[in-house]
Parts: sequence; C-alpha cells; structure tokens
Amino acid sequence: MQKSKLGRLAAATLGMALVIASCGSDTKTPAGTTADSTGVSTADTTGAAAGVTCDGITIGYLGALSGDNGALGQNMVNGAQIAIDDFNAANPDCKVSLDKQDSQGDPAQATPLATTLANNASIIALIGPGFSGESKATMPTFETAGLPVISPSATNAKLTTNGWKMFHRILANDDKQAPGVVQLIKGTIKATKVGVIDDASDYGKGLADSVRTGLAELDIANATIDPKAADYSAAVTAMKDAGVDTIFYSGYYAEAAKMLTQLRDAGVTATFVSGDGSLDPAFITGAGAVADGAYLTATGAPPDVNADFAAKFNTAYGTVPGLYSPESYDCAQVILAAIAAGKVTRADMAAFIDAFDAPGITKPIKFDATGEPEGSAVFYTVVEAGKLVSKGLIP
Amino acid sequence: MTLSLGGFLTFAGFLSRFWPSTITGLVLGAVYALVALGYTLVYGVLRLINFANSEVFMLSAFGSFLTIEVLNIPQRLASGGDPIKTGWELVGVLALCLLVSVLIGGLSAVLVERIAYRPLRQRNAPRLVFLISAIGASFAISEAVGEWGPQRRKEYALTKFFKKEQLFKIFGADVYNSNVIVVVGAAIMALALVLFVSKSRVGRGIRAVAQDAETAKLMGVNVDRIILITFLVGGLMAGGAAFLYEIHTPFARYDVGFSIGVKAFTAAVLGGIGNVRGALLGGLLLGLIESWGSSLFGSDQNIGNVAAFVTLVLVLMVRPSGLLGESLGRSKA
Repeated sequence: MQKSKLGRLAAATLGMALVIASCGSDTKTPAGTTADSTGVSTADTTGAAAGVTCDGITIGYLGALSGDNGALGQNMVNGAQIAIDDFNAANPDCKVSLDKQDSQGDPAQATPLATTLANNASIIALIGPGFSGESKATMPTFETAGLPVISPSATNAKLTTNGWKMFHRILANDDKQAPGVVQLIKGTIKATKVGVIDDASDYGKGLADSVRTGLAELDIANATIDPKAADYSAAVTAMKDAGVDTIFYSGYYAEAAKMLTQLRDAGVTATFVSGDGSLDPAFITGAGAVADGAYLTATGAPPDVNADFAAKFNTAYGTVPGLYSPESYDCAQVILAAIAAGKVTRADMAAFIDAFDAPGITKPIKFDATGEPEGSAVFYTVVEAGKLVSKGLIP
Repeated sequence: MTLSLGGFLTFAGFLSRFWPSTITGLVLGAVYALVALGYTLVYGVLRLINFANSEVFMLSAFGSFLTIEVLNIPQRLASGGDPIKTGWELVGVLALCLLVSVLIGGLSAVLVERIAYRPLRQRNAPRLVFLISAIGASFAISEAVGEWGPQRRKEYALTKFFKKEQLFKIFGADVYNSNVIVVVGAAIMALALVLFVSKSRVGRGIRAVAQDAETAKLMGVNVDRIILITFLVGGLMAGGAAFLYEIHTPFARYDVGFSIGVKAFTAAVLGGIGNVRGALLGGLLLGLIESWGSSLFGSDQNIGNVAAFVTLVLVLMVRPSGLLGESLGRSKA
C-alpha cells in the first residue's frame, strides 16, 4: 500500500462501512469477549479432548497503530484478534497471544522493533509489516531470523523480487490491478470500444498503460489530462469522437468526479470504470447522480466480503470491518491453522505457510514461490443509488 | 509500429476534433482573457505583476459556489436532489451569482492592494519587494482557504442548478448553453472594460498613470485612487471570469487559481503586458492553441500546455514586447 492512497481507501471503506452499519444491529461488546460460549463450556468440561495443546505461543504484529495511519493498523489488529479469540476459545490448552509493535508506518521506527520481534523466541510468525516501506526496511531482519511473515496490506509489486523466503502477502500487489480491470472490462462489462484516460501521474499512467496493453485487441481511444486543470474538454472530445462504449479513468477520485461530470454533460453515456484511486465516497459527492453505474476496482477486500466475519467484528467492536481487517483475519487464520497442526517452530511454520492451500474469507489462499497470492484477487464495487456497493472478486 | 500509424491517426483525429476543440479553446480563452486583464491593468499602472490576482479568481469562484449553495438549501432539504432551475429563475440565479462573484473579486483585489502593496509603495520599497509581497499574498490566501475553507483541501463540487443543453452545432461540433454564456458573457465584460478605459474620465486617469505616473500626479491625477480603481477593475474582471469558469466547470479548490493564473499571466505577456487589447487577444489565442495542441497530439492535455508555452517563447523571440506591444499608456486602450 502506498501511503498516498491510504487516506482515500480508508475513507472509502468508512463510506461502505456506514452503508453496511446502517443495516446491521449495534450491540456493542468489548473486544475479547466474543468467544462462543458453547465452545468455552465444552472445553471446560471435557478438558484435553478439545483443541490442541501448546505453551506460550505468540504471533507478532508490526505496523502503524498510531500516527496518520494508525487507524489502518488498528483495523488489521482488530481483524486478526477475532481469529485469535476464536482459536483461544476453541483451544483452552493453547492460548495464543498477539504481540503488537507500533511502527507508525515509518521504516525508521519499524527497524528496531523488527529486531525486538525477531529476538523474541516465543514469536513464531508475524502479521505484517503493514506498509511497503517498512516491509522493505525490516524484511532482511526477519529473513535472518527465519521468522515467516504474512502482510495483510503491503502492495508494492517489487517487494517479492528480493528473493525473500519468509515474505508472504495475502492481497494482490499494485501490478495485479490492471489485469483485474482488463478482466472486468472484457468479461463483465463486455466492452467493444474502450477509452483509456490517465492523469499522467506515476500511479495513473502506470495503471493505464498496463490496461492499454491488456486491452490491445479491442478498439482503444486514449487521452491524458492535466490533473491540475479543471477542464477536460480535450479528453471528453476525444472520447465522444471515438464513440467508445466504456471508459477507464486511471487517476484519483477528485479528477475522476470532474471527468465523469464533464463526460455526461457532453452526452457521453459510456460505462465509467476507475481504479482504487477513485474508490472514495468523495467521488460520489463530487460527481453526484451521474456517479451511479460507475465501476471501481480495488485489491483490498470490501468490509462485507464475509457476513460471518462482519457479524463477529460488529459484536466485538461495534462497527463494520475496516480496510484490511478481512485480510488480517485471513493472515491470522493461516498462522493459527499451522499452530493447530502442531507447527510451533519458525521453520515448521514457514513450511506450512508455503504449502497452505485453503479458502480464506477474502479469497482462496495459496502463495506462490515468491510469496504472492495466487489467482484472481481484485475486487470491484459499483455505485448504486449514490452508494458504493461491493460485488466481490472480479469473475 | 504504432508511432507512425498513431501519428497519422492523431492527425485525422485532429481534423475531426478541430471544431469541438475550437469551441473549448474559445471558452478557455475567454476566461484567460478576462483574468489577463487584471494582470495587464495593474502592470500598466504599477509595473507590477499582481500574482495574487489568481487568488482573487479563486475567492470569487468560491463566492459563486456559496451563493448557489445558500440559494439551494431550502430546495435541497425539500427534494434531496439537484434543484435544476429554468427560465427567469435561472437568469436571476445566474445574475445574483455573477454579482456576488464580481463583488468578492473587486473587494478582495482592493484588500490585496491595501494590505500587500500600498504600505510598500508609501515607503518607496524596491520593485523586488513588491514581487515577493505579491507571491506571499498569493500563497497566504490560497493556503488559508485550503486550511479553513469549505471541504478543507478537497475539491468542492457545485450543486447542479442548471442543465447543460446542446443549443446548436457549428460544423458538426456541439455548442452548449454554457459555452454561449461563457463566450458572450466574457465578450460583454471585455467590451465594457475597453470602453471604460478608453472613454471614461477614470479610464483616462488610468492611462495617464500608466504612461507617466509622476506627470499624471503633477497634472492633478490622484494616483493612489487610480491605482485602487485599477485593482478594483482587475478584481471585477477576475470575479466575472471565475463565475463564467464555474458555469463551464462546476468545481473549485483552494488552488484552482494557480493554473488559470499562470495561463492568464502568460496570455497577458503574449499579447503585450500592459496592453488591454493584447490581453484579450493573448487570452483567446492561448486558449485556442492549448486546445488545438492537446487534440493534435493524441488528446494529451499536458502537450496542450507545452504547445501554449512554446508558442509564447516563439512569439517573444520575434516580438519581445508581445503581439500588440506594451501600450496601455500609449492610449490605444
């Protein structure tokens, strides 16, 4: 995850969260009291028959818990804690705890914390690091210590090109969004003539160029805007002139809203698609009623990706899952499955994670040799009646 | 492979987009021209680039917005949707927005003069100090609005209060009601200004100060008053431009003035800074070149900017004083 995108994504998730929260009940219970009561009583009466036995096992967490991106880290910890609480309730003789280290998302602060975590022998796996920058800074430490990590949120594509054996991530990297967009445009929308507009930024142009390559067999019209300008008539004219049926805008939500408004004002009715840069309630506020029907893609799972998880989360924290909460839950589930299988050393844990192949709540979880998630992992959202409505993974 | 083919297609695309991009160019050019008037008038009388003119534009844009928001609150509460206005009601709303926008423009320009420039002038500060003060005022206003203004630093989207409708076609290019309002509105304001500067008594004073401030003072012209009026008139034009720009593109942000300001300043220099007609011509030309440039080179707006500034450099190489020369004082109006 790049920091510049975090605020927007967090806001998007909050927006979705509000939509979902209004549908769910609001029974607020303090964290940690979510254990299924029947599970606990069974464990108490039958003793060793329930669950596995272990002693003093800890899972580490490294990421922002305070500072500008503290809320995101809190989302992660909360998601993971749900899985750990469930596990502890089902396995009274094997209490697993979470050792949380707050890096504030800053590589410089993360580095000494990584050493602390690596030197703690009771920690056999780590959830995190939260961001790409701190991942880059701390992975050499974890590699040396042989401590396997699963990041719920670090998306820089280059992270998996370092030959690290211990690094895994549960969500698609930044380069995977483009194939997802292409799939959406070709498969779901079934476009024949596509306009691709970018904002000339690193993010916008990079994503747009990958999408252009992916759509090469279709008829494509291109345009580039200057995001500092407010008038995009040249791009609008180009789209109108080409008679496209679908438009992919690659950039951020503020310009996406202006672009869509100007397209509709000029009578262009093409389906509007944009990436995670535009996945923000402010996109809808900006574009107004014409935002309806717009498709937005993202690599992070929407808060309602799994109803059971959302319900448990709501019971524990009185809110809907935040951005990266579902991913963190999946990270914890993989690690807990290893513990349940008796893999309580770092080496056994690493081997177990590498071989893991089972469904998670966000997607089927299986890591390739570099630690990347295998298979499709891009989600999409459609604006319906002024609200972001998640549609799951792009088929 | 795609380079030669792409180039050819782009050129073919340019031909089919020529008229639409001409209309866009005229709309942008009209806005640039009005804002350029503010730069050129102040330069004429003070030999100073008033960089805060772009912030006068920005404040006026927010003024237009707030008027519409205030007018729409009851209807928004009642209907929940965008209240589209038509007929005389629309004319009334537009007139009121224009009025507020122009007033804010004039007022803020006068305030800038009083706070950022007059104290320096009274102390005979060197030219460079004025320039720094101008840049400082520009940043201060823009950042203040960014920090404390509506929506903080985010884009502010205007409630839609009228429907953009296609009125007619010129050579196959759609012309919308908003395009007509912008171009006609700008033409009326520019004409009024040209008449004001060339015919009125105050206008004569402006020209006198521009030509030779000392002599004008000896002849009984109240130079401070003329300077204040010049800022006021420049601010009114920026206010009008902001209103028209919001008709065309209903979004504003604390930094909306920056790119418009740079373009308008460029337009003033292109036409010959200090020259009213030059600013108008420069604005229109710059808008057209920018628009044609971006449609000629594969609809890349950034290349439109390149085309605009390359043109500026080329023109200045041949005519260092701009297309029409620096001649506010020489009474061509």
